[in-house]
Amino acid sequence: MRHEIRLSGSGGQGIILAGIVLAEAALHEDKNAVQSQSYGPEARGGASKSEIIISSEAIDYPKVTAPDIVLALTTESYKKYAKNLPANTVVIVDFSVNVNGDTGVLSLPIIQAARDELKRPIVSNIVALGALNAVAKVVSPESLEAAVLRRVPKGTEDLNRKALALGYQLVGKYMLTSGYIR
Amino acid sequence: MSPTIKLLQGNEACVEGALAAGIQFYGGYPITPSTEIAELLAEKMPRVGSAFIQMEDEIAAMAAVIGASLTGAKSMTATSGPGFSLKQENLGYAIYTEIPCVIVNVMRGGPSTGLPTSPSQSDVMQARWGTHGDHPVIALCPSSVEETFWLTIRAFNLAEKYRTAVILLLDEVVGHMRERIEIPDHVDNVLTRKKPSVGREGYRPYQPDADLIPPMASFGEGYRYHVTGLTHDETGFPTNDTEKAGILIDRLHKKIDNNLDDIVEIETQMMEDAEIMVVAYGSTARSASRAVKDARALGIKAGLFRPITIWPFPANELKQYLPQLKQVIVAEMNLGQLILEVERNVAGKAPVHGVLRGDGELITPTQILARIKEVQ
Repeated sequence: MRHEIRLSGSGGQGIILAGIVLAEAALHEDKNAVQSQSYGPEARGGASKSEIIISSEAIDYPKVTAPDIVLALTTESYKKYAKNLPANTVVIVDFSVNVNGDTGVLSLPIIQAARDELKRPIVSNIVALGALNAVAKVVSPESLEAAVLRRVPKGTEDLNRKALALGYQLVGKYMLTSGYIR
Repeated sequence: MSPTIKLLQGNEACVEGALAAGIQFYGGYPITPSTEIAELLAEKMPRVGSAFIQMEDEIAAMAAVIGASLTGAKSMTATSGPGFSLKQENLGYAIYTEIPCVIVNVMRGGPSTGLPTSPSQSDVMQARWGTHGDHPVIALCPSSVEETFWLTIRAFNLAEKYRTAVILLLDEVVGHMRERIEIPDHVDNVLTRKKPSVGREGYRPYQPDADLIPPMASFGEGYRYHVTGLTHDETGFPTNDTEKAGILIDRLHKKIDNNLDDIVEIETQMMEDAEIMVVAYGSTARSASRAVKDARALGIKAGLFRPITIWPFPANELKQYLPQLKQVIVAEMNLGQLILEVERNVAGKAPVHGVLRGDGELITPTQILARIKEVQ
């Protein structure tokens, strides 16, 4: 198995951490994983990107070239990082992203749900991870949860568990009604 | 995931390697893309009772490393291109005065302040010839996070064993990417420098043993001696005597050249029957590895030759493949540096082609494969 995953959003949304968590979850399952990120001006504010390759084989070239999963939490990052994708790429965006009529995009109220249901928009990245894994089944839910809990600050475990669960629920709720057809 | 398996950046693995090798002093001045090394060592070194100093600049940092090493402390600094330039004068001093130390250079785009957050391999010749004078150099170049851990330990070992400065050349890709690494609980074969077997009265600081390496007394242990960047004799004091100058410079080179088997390390992939040899190092070797596998899938007999020790250049190792080679390709993130050394050693026995890139992007497997197809 091999996944090439690109997570994007704006600086401060926890995109890098989400990538690290996903890569660590894969290591937990004895797979290989490489995570890299964009540095420089674009990593502060603007569009931020974290890329992960997960494979049961050794990973040589460490950069993502043909992502099979792309997440975009902002319109800017969608425009920048969700272009020229292979036809079968799973694209998940936040509700707030203007996809400009593109089809085949799964639009989920990730940020809104984190804000309204958990009162903590800061966990949007973890909600997004739950949603991503619900759709693409990159790692087992148990591995993902364990990886999240290893990385989040002490005392926020419950909040982050709920955030993950919320991500899974959003997919269950919106997959059929969002016009997302694959 | 057992506790020893981690997802780390190359820079973080370098820190773990330095700690495993027993680093006792770090003097540095943070610079992208090496900053994580200083950041993490600043956190970890005080906890194990060793010293971290952020100096006022890179020149002073290199000087501090040399001074600390003279007291017996295993010492390291880390930097990137602009800082590496500043360290050159003191690097030469460390080599000539035979003071063990490790200099990490996480290569970024240049010249000048260049592209701070982008990778390059454009300091390869600077590592070899950046400091003036006819000096030998050891430089190592890892391709992965795990290899960075082991080569950091090896850099310390070679520095201590041969009493010289050892350069660890990372590039931004290897420094910043995170991947799986298994960190052992304990590392065997950690070397420390040879100490004098004579008392302070009979100690001649630059009198070599049969292995051409002089035992090194630590400042503060009662041995008093003179250290100078001027040409010196066995007492450590300056001399203009041409015979003594010749003895010193010859010995400095021979202590490295006589031990190439110990110092030079390479990796090859599918070279047994290869007709096209791709030479690549650091992160570029990862792309080359992919390209070579893809070429094999197309029935092209390609192989990878990866210098892990980049200086001294693995000339003998490369030359053994010459009879079977029809084409040689060198892939590096610069406009042609190690390719010169490859050409010199291939010596016209096969055409040498470059896949060269200096725009701050990692060379892709596709680029290398295209070149393989073109020249086959």
